[in-house]
Amino acid sequence: MKRFLPLYAVAAYAFLYLPLLVLSMFSFNSSRFSVWEGFTLKWYGEVFGNENLLEATINSLTIGLVCTAIATAVGTLAGYAIWKRKSSFITNSLYLSLLTPEIVTGVSLLAFFQFVFRFLSVPLGMHTVILAHVSFCLAYVVIVILARLRTFDKALEEASMDLGANEWQTFWYVTVPAMLPGIAAAALLCFTVSFDDYVITSLVAGVDSETLPMVIYSMARKGVSPAVNALSAMITVALGVFVLLAGRMERK
Amino acid sequence: MQRLRAWFLAPGYLVTVGLFAVPMLIVCAYSLLSRGPYGGVTTPWTLENYLRVFDPLYLTILWRSVWISAVSTAFCLLLGFPLALFVARAGKRRTLFLNLVMLPFWTSFLIRTYAWMFLLRDTGLINTVLQALHLTGAPLPLLFNNGAVILGLVYGYLPFMVLPLYATLEKLDPALLDAAQDLGASPWVTLWTVIVPLSKTGMMAGCLLVFIPCLGAYLTPDLLGGGKTVMIGNLVQNQFTTARDWPFGSAVSLLLLILVLGLLRLVARKEENLL
Repeated sequence: MKRFLPLYAVAAYAFLYLPLLVLSMFSFNSSRFSVWEGFTLKWYGEVFGNENLLEATINSLTIGLVCTAIATAVGTLAGYAIWKRKSSFITNSLYLSLLTPEIVTGVSLLAFFQFVFRFLSVPLGMHTVILAHVSFCLAYVVIVILARLRTFDKALEEASMDLGANEWQTFWYVTVPAMLPGIAAAALLCFTVSFDDYVITSLVAGVDSETLPMVIYSMARKGVSPAVNALSAMITVALGVFVLLAGRMERK
Repeated sequence: MQRLRAWFLAPGYLVTVGLFAVPMLIVCAYSLLSRGPYGGVTTPWTLENYLRVFDPLYLTILWRSVWISAVSTAFCLLLGFPLALFVARAGKRRTLFLNLVMLPFWTSFLIRTYAWMFLLRDTGLINTVLQALHLTGAPLPLLFNNGAVILGLVYGYLPFMVLPLYATLEKLDPALLDAAQDLGASPWVTLWTVIVPLSKTGMMAGCLLVFIPCLGAYLTPDLLGGGKTVMIGNLVQNQFTTARDWPFGSAVSLLLLILVLGLLRLVARKEENLL
């Protein structure tokens, strides 16, 4: 067993990482096919020269940033309130939203938006995507905030109140600074989850709100282009760095 | 403190009610309505949509989703257990090794699925290598079948298995292992008679965490199954887009959700302190 486990672990980590490494490696291949013919950066050039992709990137970033701002604010406040005293309605709803298959969340939001916006005659678009993302990101934010607050000593708040600060001052000057690394970690994870989503986004997106995963999906379906590899490699590295940053924040 | 708390909770209520509870209620209502002439919903109220699920065509899809998820979960358990054991015994570097398992999970699911399309397709790396080595004349049909879907699901959800397994294995009292060894048990006997029975809770939690997302999978069967491996998720998506039968799509969505929650209830009741 002592010899078997490390050997097995090497194979398991290879299984987890090799597909992504090979994918990235072939983004530098000058042939369209899976035969190595020499180093090139032309696929990266193609990615940066593609206006459709540029627009999708801007859409994804906009959606990610707006959704992160809203979900982090709402989730931080809700997490703090739940920490103060349990709210079984919100906690249960959030757990349920995490358990609900993405496709079900997606169609329920689609049905909802069609229902509401039919009365307002507003088409699907960026706003519906942002609202959908806030909906499924909230649970992640609350979980990270609650984990952070578990290490926070309630006595600090009591001390602050005893020294004459009111509720709001206590929250703002004592609790928020202590939560800050948690808030930052929550925001980073929220952005990652939002930036990554395809299933829900594709259902509630309109003509003006094509996101990066939607472009990758349609390119992947169409077939072979190392440009998808180049794009994927860049996104994977960016998201990886993001998650590592989030992890570091959380540990602080 | 109560007033501040109420204000803080209000936006959270707004989001969970407005963007989760109400949409779900709309789906409930739609599932009991009829399909309109242009694809919308219309009265009369009916149970027809739920009865249609028992059509053999749809039962086949349901059964396929269940067995593909079960096989994927089994593979995850088989592959995940030794990995979790390795991480739990890695001493100081445990956190590092655990994070290495979790890191791919946080990168794009779509891209990880695409990576397998890239490897498995006819002109993909595996077929190219096999042909270059003259191990096969024509490209093997690796992509667009049940096997590819299972591979994709195992690859996608393996971290979900390792995490709870690691949590139980890490808490395992090393004294028990010493005792087993002192009493003459070989490492393999210790594994089967001590470690495996004691990590049952972690296994149950891991299997649940993998089985649930597999059951509702949409992207993996869509891309790696190439439309041939239709699972419940694909059926739902199809009813809401191409087929434009929203009432039936809603009924299938709710059945999927009920299946997931029922399973959770069942297992959670058996295992007291699960999750």
